[in-house]
Amino acid sequence: MSSLADSPSNVIQPHLDELETPPLSLGQLAWRRFRRHKMAIFGTVMIILIFLYCFGGMLVFSEADANFNDTSDRLQPPSREHPFGTDTIGRDIMIRTIYGGQISLIIGLTAMLVELIIGVSIGALTGYLGGWVDSVLMRMTEAVLVIPQIFLLLVMAKYFAQSIPNIEFLGRTFSGSVLVIIVVIGITSWPYLARIVRSQFLSIKENDFILAARATGTSTREIIFRHILPNSIAPIIVSATLSVAAAITLEAYISFLGLGVRPPTATWGNMLEGAYKYVQSAWWLWFFPGALIALTVLSINFLGDGLRDALDPHSRAA
Amino acid sequence: MTSELLLEVINLKTRFHVAEGTVYAVNGISLSINQGETIAVVGESGCGKSVTMLSVLRLISIPPGEIASGEALYLGRDLFKLPEAEMERIRGKEIAMVFQDSMTSLNPVLTIGRQLTEPLQTHLGLDKQKARQRAIELLELVGISDPARRLNDYPHQYSGGMRQRVMIAMALACMPSLLIADEPTTALDVTIQAQIIELVEHLREKLNMSVIWITHDLGVVAEIAERVIVMYAGFIVEEALVDDLYEEPRHPYTQALLAALPRIEQRRDQRLRSIPGAPPNLLIEPKGCPFTARCEYGFEHCLVEMPPLIQVGTNHQCACWFDLSAGKPR
Repeated sequence: MSSLADSPSNVIQPHLDELETPPLSLGQLAWRRFRRHKMAIFGTVMIILIFLYCFGGMLVFSEADANFNDTSDRLQPPSREHPFGTDTIGRDIMIRTIYGGQISLIIGLTAMLVELIIGVSIGALTGYLGGWVDSVLMRMTEAVLVIPQIFLLLVMAKYFAQSIPNIEFLGRTFSGSVLVIIVVIGITSWPYLARIVRSQFLSIKENDFILAARATGTSTREIIFRHILPNSIAPIIVSATLSVAAAITLEAYISFLGLGVRPPTATWGNMLEGAYKYVQSAWWLWFFPGALIALTVLSINFLGDGLRDALDPHSRAA
Repeated sequence: MTSELLLEVINLKTRFHVAEGTVYAVNGISLSINQGETIAVVGESGCGKSVTMLSVLRLISIPPGEIASGEALYLGRDLFKLPEAEMERIRGKEIAMVFQDSMTSLNPVLTIGRQLTEPLQTHLGLDKQKARQRAIELLELVGISDPARRLNDYPHQYSGGMRQRVMIAMALACMPSLLIADEPTTALDVTIQAQIIELVEHLREKLNMSVIWITHDLGVVAEIAERVIVMYAGFIVEEALVDDLYEEPRHPYTQALLAALPRIEQRRDQRLRSIPGAPPNLLIEPKGCPFTARCEYGFEHCLVEMPPLIQVGTNHQCACWFDLSAGKPR
């Protein structure tokens, strides 16, 4: 082993052209492309602001404020005291959008994680192994794919809703229904991601560098996780970003239909529940949570767009 | 130094079952290599050189590939019968392979350092720090300047020649007993080619390594190998010591190959000689000698039966029904 160190230094002399400054790294290139994408920058800034609003607001108002009701103060339009007005039982809508936003964002992010874990595992297995594993798992994926997601969501939300106890997290008590929604969204959204990952694996595994890695004795597990996965990370990141937005929208759907997160826990979605009765008489009931959902989803989609352009190695926009 | 038998391949047949039928890629190859020896396998593209070596390392994908028959005895153990986990320990540690295309053989999203330390950590059980130290030594060994810094670079930050040297460093990382070099210099220019050859030769002597050099460049062969194996359409047609082969090729194909080499004394307006026709379609099950259609000495019997490899001199074997030195069929 030590015999390598004393090798003659004159075996190969470096060429002059090797001494020039190295080009930009992959990350630097991606950042340069991302920076050019104005809407993506707008989206990123908006997302940061929304996060600050939801998690920073926690420091100013307590959860008790969010659930404090004063029926004498109900259906107040926006004022100095209640900037976003009050709801049907006199709760402050601004504080509720802060706490509801936390839940909505957490649902979006964790549902994305669930989707990522299932989708990437199944996509990687089917794409790399092929054969009967591929056939069985892809038929399963298609089976999930052919059932309308919203229908599946409603049935599952209804079915699981009562069975989960409350949970403590981040010093807050969440309704068990939050967990149900996360799981339900996660396990109904993975098929698209699985197909993206599968197609990535199918093409990447044919590369010479995979053969070369196998020739150095790399195990199958390492080939999948250390060699192929990092190569398919760009579409996964983009798809994961967009699925956060999708999860937030889905949560709003089911909560609006009354099958989502149970009150008193607020989410942007369940704040809309019942607001349709006041579409004209109390516009602030639906406007603020609705606007926040729209803004968040829009910003995340812009961010996803920007990431897609920035992370695409074939993109020439630099 | 020692002349112990390292690898012996016996009657290897590899096929690929594709949509168009069966590709008869390797049709009963037997070869052996001793410790510390360098052999060259030559032949035109698609003659089964690479597939033979990939089969030995069990790197062809099954399906569509199939190793229809044969044994690959590495120090007496049949590689085809080993479990996959055992095989992973042999790849890279005992038998390493350098691939032809350095531009695509490195993972674009991993740093050179990571790709270089990986086999060190899995095979030699070195910790991160030691593996990194050794990776720096290896890069230095293959002549990459400022190795500690270049370890953090990505493949696209290296030139083609540097990448090929990294590939060699990776192959040598665990000091294998056998290095299979699959045309490692074809994509490189002549000066770098010479450097790589010199490097491998230097390391071979130092580590008492055996080298199988796959190439279609007969000029390179003369420089490095002791023994040459000439392949055609998945068969070995001739095997000889390098000087004997150049002096007196006994197979019409080898003769034609050598005649096709450009010579320095050749007049400049003269065209290079080529072998008329094309290699046979590998989708058709071979019957008789595959070279017959292009052979100037072929006769009826060649179409009927594949000639066996027979001894035509000391350490010289040839598979042909026509005796070139006598000028008549055997």
